[in-house]
Amino acid sequence: MPSLPWRPGSRTLLLLLLGGLMLAVGAMEPRFFTGTNLLNVLRQSSIIGIISLGMTVVILTGGIDLSVGSILALSVLFAASAAKAGVAAPLAWCCALAGGAGLGWCNGFGIARLRLPPFIVTLGMMGFARGLALLYTGGAPLTGFGALFRFPGTGRFGGVPVPVLLFALAFLAVFVLLERCPWGERVRSVGSNSVAAWGSGIDVPGTVAKAYVLSGTLAALAGLVLVGRLDSAQPSAGLGYEFGAIAGVVLGGTSFSGGQGTLAGTIVGVLIMGVLENGMNLLNVNPFSEQVVKGVVIAAALVAYGSLGRRSRAAG
Amino acid sequence: MFRKLLAVFVVVLLTALPAAAAEKTLSLVISTLNNPFFVSLKQGAEGAAGTAGVKLVVLDAQDDSAKMTAAMEDLIQKKVDAILVNPTDSDAVTPSILKANEAGIPVFTIDRGASGGKVVCHIASDNEAGGKMAGEFLAKTLEEKGNVVELVGIPGTSAARDRGKGFNDAVAAFPGIKIVAAQAADFSRDKGLKVFENILQAQPDIAGVFAHNDEMILGAIAAAEAAGRKGIVFVGFDAVNDAVAAVKDGKLAATVAQQPALMGAMGVEKAVAFLGGEALPEFIPVPLQLVVKE
Repeated sequence: MPSLPWRPGSRTLLLLLLGGLMLAVGAMEPRFFTGTNLLNVLRQSSIIGIISLGMTVVILTGGIDLSVGSILALSVLFAASAAKAGVAAPLAWCCALAGGAGLGWCNGFGIARLRLPPFIVTLGMMGFARGLALLYTGGAPLTGFGALFRFPGTGRFGGVPVPVLLFALAFLAVFVLLERCPWGERVRSVGSNSVAAWGSGIDVPGTVAKAYVLSGTLAALAGLVLVGRLDSAQPSAGLGYEFGAIAGVVLGGTSFSGGQGTLAGTIVGVLIMGVLENGMNLLNVNPFSEQVVKGVVIAAALVAYGSLGRRSRAAG
Repeated sequence: MFRKLLAVFVVVLLTALPAAAAEKTLSLVISTLNNPFFVSLKQGAEGAAGTAGVKLVVLDAQDDSAKMTAAMEDLIQKKVDAILVNPTDSDAVTPSILKANEAGIPVFTIDRGASGGKVVCHIASDNEAGGKMAGEFLAKTLEEKGNVVELVGIPGTSAARDRGKGFNDAVAAFPGIKIVAAQAADFSRDKGLKVFENILQAQPDIAGVFAHNDEMILGAIAAAEAAGRKGIVFVGFDAVNDAVAAVKDGKLAATVAQQPALMGAMGVEKAVAFLGGEALPEFIPVPLQLVVKE
């Protein structure tokens, strides 16, 4: 057994999984490899993808954000009701982003300043934001928006769907924050050992709080893509999205215990889920089997990780 | 003599008829009247009570299980002849039904069932018949030929099972209609959009789509619009406001609607029939109605 360093090994494995999955679906359904379908997969993955970028940072700090789906719904309602009241679309978008950032800040305050467990704080926010969204709308969706307001979801720029561009831009922005800024380094050190981070003079609460603000803001951005695509701001929007985002992050090799993981891995993880869902629809897989297939793929990836990790640690 | 007898007969008839009619008192406990659906249900029940010549007491639980329980207890004290209940909650209503059973008052459930107690019969919409109606409408609109897609609700739920069965049974009668894809979109608009986008990639030729609810079909319509695919016939289920608007705009060909007024009327009619000694099945389906552009 040649000694494989842990990181490149896992990334290769992940890419092999994605490539293998694509080849398998493509072999069974040739239409998978058409340009329109590949763009379609990217466009569909962009919503969970944007959310999962923020989720990666949160999980890197050793936390979790269960409230992303609810924050998405509530912040989109801010934008939707502003747009309905006649506010210009770009300003309405800013309402959503500010709303997402604000709700994320509340999460950060509870976790970093009040030292409450992230699971509990974001679970509380999950119920709170969803409840407000339902109260505000009375359960009925707001529908019928202008073309400009829907641009983040339906627009095209140089032939590329805007959701895909936003996903790419969000990736670049978070990548720079995480890999090229001192804050990114602090996130990793807080996540791997917060006591040591305290000792070395890092502002732990400030670092952690910003991760939740980022996560909330990105959830709101994903919401703008969603409302554009649906032409409908629903109080039930984004229900269960936290699971998709967490699955993508963990599939991408980020450790739940914090400190270890990459954004690129998350992207591949999200794409694996996207290809899987697209492939099952293309192949008309029985609805009852769909969930089984998804579960098996995730479990298989994690088992493969586990054994690879043990081997490389043993070899190292 | 004959005249006297006739006069007595008429007097007896005039006094006895209303007395005989007012003999029966039915009661309807309704989950909420703050929802147009249940207001129509109540109006239907009142109409049927008037026709049948029985007294109907309507109590509004205001979506509060405690209020519903109190209302049921009052009615048991009053010894009404039958209780029709549209429970706020299938579990919360059970203790009250058990009390009514003890008092020997027959109970009928409407729209939402009860999880315990003895109920004479449950009166609710027939999802299977609705699915069948949608399938037949789609087949006829497509002139009995073409590829169709089924968007399935949350797999395993009774609504998805019954609506799907009705649709598949109906379509099976038309050899020219082929279901090329049946995929779960979990009753949600965003999944309907996503799943139908994928199906559009795999199926270059789609003539019609049936979804187990309106949310999914509205998502599918958005997907077809974004992909520039025209000429697809869409059929939904539930007749929610957005869907009825889409029918008016011509984007949605039809949606299946429940008939709350008929549901209320059937409840009263069946209760009267039961009190008259008729045997009733456990479940009485209420027919649905197709909403199409006028």
